[in-house]
This record gives sequence, structure tokens and C-alpha cells, in this order.
Amino acid sequence: MAVRAAEPPVTVVPDVAPRASVLAELVRFSRRNTLAAIGGVVGLLTIVVALAAPLLAPYDPLKADFRAMNKPPTAQHVLGTDQVGRDTLSRVIYGARTSLFVAFSAVILGTTVGSLWGVACGYLRGRFDLVSQRIMEILQAFPDLILAMAISMAIGTGLPAVIFAIAITRIPFGGRVIRSVALSIREMPYVEAGRASGGSALRIMVFHVLPQCIAPYLVLATTHLGVAIVIEAALGFLGVGVPPPTPTWGNMLADSITALVPPWWLAFFPGLAITVTVLAFNLLGDGIRDTLDPRLSPAFLRMMAGGRRS
Amino acid sequence: MRKYLARRAVYAAVTLLGVSLSIFVILRVLPGDPLVAILGVEGHARMTPADRVRIMADLGLSDPLPVQYGRWLGDIAAGRLGKSFFRGDTVADLIAHRGPISAEIGVLAVVISWLVGLPVGILSAFKPNGVPDSVARTISVLFIAVPGFWLGMLIVLALLFWFGYRAPILIVHAWQDPWQNLQIVIGPSIVLGLAQGAYIARMSRSCLLEVIGDDFVRTARAKGLREGLVVMRHALPNALLPVITISGVLLGFVLGGSVAVEQAFGVPGLGRALVTAVIERDIIVVQNLVLLYAVIFVAVNVLVDLSYAWLDPRIRYS
Repeated sequence: MAVRAAEPPVTVVPDVAPRASVLAELVRFSRRNTLAAIGGVVGLLTIVVALAAPLLAPYDPLKADFRAMNKPPTAQHVLGTDQVGRDTLSRVIYGARTSLFVAFSAVILGTTVGSLWGVACGYLRGRFDLVSQRIMEILQAFPDLILAMAISMAIGTGLPAVIFAIAITRIPFGGRVIRSVALSIREMPYVEAGRASGGSALRIMVFHVLPQCIAPYLVLATTHLGVAIVIEAALGFLGVGVPPPTPTWGNMLADSITALVPPWWLAFFPGLAITVTVLAFNLLGDGIRDTLDPRLSPAFLRMMAGGRRS
Repeated sequence: MRKYLARRAVYAAVTLLGVSLSIFVILRVLPGDPLVAILGVEGHARMTPADRVRIMADLGLSDPLPVQYGRWLGDIAAGRLGKSFFRGDTVADLIAHRGPISAEIGVLAVVISWLVGLPVGILSAFKPNGVPDSVARTISVLFIAVPGFWLGMLIVLALLFWFGYRAPILIVHAWQDPWQNLQIVIGPSIVLGLAQGAYIARMSRSCLLEVIGDDFVRTARAKGLREGLVVMRHALPNALLPVITISGVLLGFVLGGSVAVEQAFGVPGLGRALVTAVIERDIIVVQNLVLLYAVIFVAVNVLVDLSYAWLDPRIRYS
């Protein structure tokens, strides 16, 4: 009880000892975490759909067809068509491409930079850590979406701008969570041994601290995928994301409300795609967290939420 | 306590200074000519160099950047928030007119999230992995994944489709016509509140379960207290602290999310003003509104920390 109020304790994840085959490992994981396994499969499916979009989409997502405007779902257009006759199913499929590409790039960029920064903060401590923490606090003082909007407005609304904008909002989370992991690892005897045998700070960080941060990093990255997808969709919805006519789920939702009485299929299916994808990644993230270290979860959750500020 | 308060206030002030500096850097220093931003590429190309100099000077954009930054801070300190490039209304008017609607939505959303989230969390923790717990957890996982603005769109659509109902589009303040006002704010508040409620339910469940394993709870049980009393009187107050912390962070989601949710519901709040300004590239409005959102977020987190320190003496004395 006494510790709870202070900086939440982070337990270091022990390396998984016996190396079973990857397949056996996966089977064991799915037996213990059915929901997470379903999430993983659905997430994987979305990725496959995104990659194979040209093969799967029945129509060209950009091709207007003025003979079939605003049609509700029919046999030809399974999910209906929009105001200029573009096929909704094809656009949802191609939308997965943009949305996932943006989300993955932003997370790989932002969460990774943040995590590396966090490792450096936690290991080096001192003035560097102090200044870095203030910077992260400043970044966290903005609501995610608002910061992303301002950045993407400043550097122009294109795909790279949106990725960059979302990546920036991910940095402080990586920084804070991984920092506290690194803080606890730095006190481990083997790290001390490394220092004693004359290893440079960089060497110890890369070879001794970093490997232990991979597990929390994976959890963080998976959870942030979902957040990134939602931010991207919101930017598109607000008209400050990836510019049209590129189909993204957010853009499609934005298109749909321009009508006075929006057709339900235009409003429903892109949002459903977002929800299912985000749900899949969230479930997967929860499952990975539970498997890698069940003790991590409550403290981890709290820290994910920002934790206490000093 | 006083020392803690002072330290916290200093930190917040430093953070806000950093926030204002980063907004300034993002909007002025990052690549991109403000005039291209305002006039568009074609408009910018049509402009003569003399026009350019005149407009830049008019907008106060031709001074050195540090001078501009200093002037902005001075203006804020003096309460001058500047004017929109396009509409001529001052930012202060905008905030005074639209702010109350957004504030109402934010406060209502937080209230709803506690009213829904806490009871659900307690119910879940009573019998972990029982039927009510599983149902509650499934629903909360779902609510965390659903984007609020989409849910908002669907609600608006459904009301329109089945009942031919549409919430008022113009601003009506609570002191003018409470009933009309409620119709504007209730939708966004519920959508935002339920999403946050899902986090609160999750958080209070896991914190309660953590506390229930503690010695003092065992003691309470051992002396023969009823289970309900053990949870409500002994476990809950100790489990609430992290839940309070999380709601400060959740307010960030509410603030950010409200921008998109207001758009979905067509609510004429501050969030929509910000979106419009971003699309029109109205730098002065964006700069001040973004700062306002950050100030609110930081201020609420300071309050949350203070309440935390007030509830838990170990923090204020450490």
C-alpha cells in the first residue's frame, strides 16, 4: 500500500527461458487468451486486406459512376455507392491501406523514438532526464487530436504530414513508460556488472537495457496502433487529414455527412471498419500484456494513462 | 501542503510557457509561408511584392520571431486575444460565445463517466469473472474501441431517420432556454461520457481487485463485516485514488475528442470553431484556441494532483 502512491513499481520482465517453436508458442498463447488470439487474427486479416486491396476490391475506388449514385447495398455494390457512384466496399478496402499505413508508420516512428528516448532518460538520469521529462510533459499538455491537428495544419495536409503529426503525439507515452522500465533495470546487478567491467553507457544501454524494454514496447506499440487509427480517422473526418479523393475511413465519414440526410451505408461501414480494427489491436495488446507479465497490468495501465506527475 | 502547492504551480507555469513556445514554433517556424497558408497557393502567386510587405506588416508577421512571440505573450497577459483573419470577430468573443457550450459538454461528460463507470467497476470487482463482470468488461472494451464521432454520427442519423428529430443548430445558452440547451449538449456529453466511463469502469475494477488483496481488507473481513461494507467502506476509498488520477488524463481525451464529436453532432461549440480555423488556416485563432485547450488540460491536472495530495497525506509530505 505504501508504494502505490509513489511512482508505480514496474516489474522487469524475465526473458522467456525455454525457446519452444514459434508455432507451439502461438498455440499456447491463443489457448490462454482466446480474445487476444481473435484480435490478432482479425488484425492480421485487416493487414492482408490492405496489402491485397487491388486484388480484393471489386471496383476502382476512385472511379465515379453516374448511373449508380447513392445506391443502397445491392448485389452489384454490396455496401452501396456514394454521392458520385463510387463503390463503398472498394473504398473501405482501399481505406484500410491508407489508415493502416498511416497508423503503422506513425507508431513505428513515434513510439520507437519515444521509447529510445525513454531508455536514455532512465539509464542516464541526471540533467538530461530532467530536461527530457519537462519536454514530454509539454507534449502531453496538449490533447492528442488537437496537437495532431495543429501540426498537420502547419506542415500541410499530406500523407507524410499526417504521419508526422500523429507520431509526435505518441512520443511522450513511449518516453514515460519505457523510462520507468529502464530506471528499474539500471539497478539490476548484471547492469552494474557491465558498468564495472568498463562498458560504455551506450554499450550498456543497447546490449543490456534495451532488450528488456522490448516486451513493454510491444504492448505499448500495439495499444497505440488503435489510438493512431482513431486519430487518423478523426483528422480525415474533420477535413485536415490525408486529402481527398484518397479513400481513408475518416474521409469517407466526412464525405457522408455533407449530405443533408446522409445515406446510412456511407456513415455505417467505414466506422465499422475503424471499430473492428481498433478493437482487434486493443484485444491483442491486452493479451500480449497479460502473457508477458500479468503483474505488469495494473501499474502499467496507470502509467499508460500518464501516471502521476511530479 | 503549501509547499507542495507552490511547487506544483511553478511546474505548471513552466509547462505552459513551454506549451506556448511549442505552439508558436509549430505555427510560425515550421516550413510553410503563413501567407500561402492564408491566401492559398494561387492567391499567393498573384500577389505583388509590395502587397506582400504590406500584408505581412499589417498582420504583425514581419517582425523578428522573438519579438512576435513576446508580443503574443504580452497580449495574452493583457487579455487581448487577437482577431480572426476572415471574420473580424475577436477570439475573446468567440470564446465567450461558444465556450460555455463546450464547457457544459466537458463537465457533463465527466459527470456521466463517473456515474456510469464507477458503479459498473464496483459491480465487476464484487465477483470477478462472473456474468455481470464479463458483460461489463465486454461492453467497456467495445466502448473504448468505438470512435466517439462515429457513434455521434449514427445517433444523429438514427434520430433523424426514425423520429425526424434534429437538435437545435444555433447556439442557445443554458440561461436563455435550458431545454433547448440541453438538447444541444446532451448527445455529445453522453457519447464522450460513455467512452470515458468505460476506462473508469476498467480502472476502478482493477484497482479494487488490487486493494481487496491487502491486509486491511482481510482484517475487515476477519472481524465479520458484511462483504458490501468491506468493499464500500474499506476497499473503495483506497482504490479511488488512481481512478481520480485517470479522470484528469481522461479529460484530455474529452477535450480532444469533443472537437470531433461536436463536428459529428453539429454542435456550435469551441471545438468546431477550432476546426473551422484550422481549415481556413486562421493562425491567430488556432494559436489562441490551442493554447486555451492546453491551459484547461494542465489546470485540471494540477487540480487532480492537488486533490490527490489532499486525499493522500503521504504525497504532500514526501
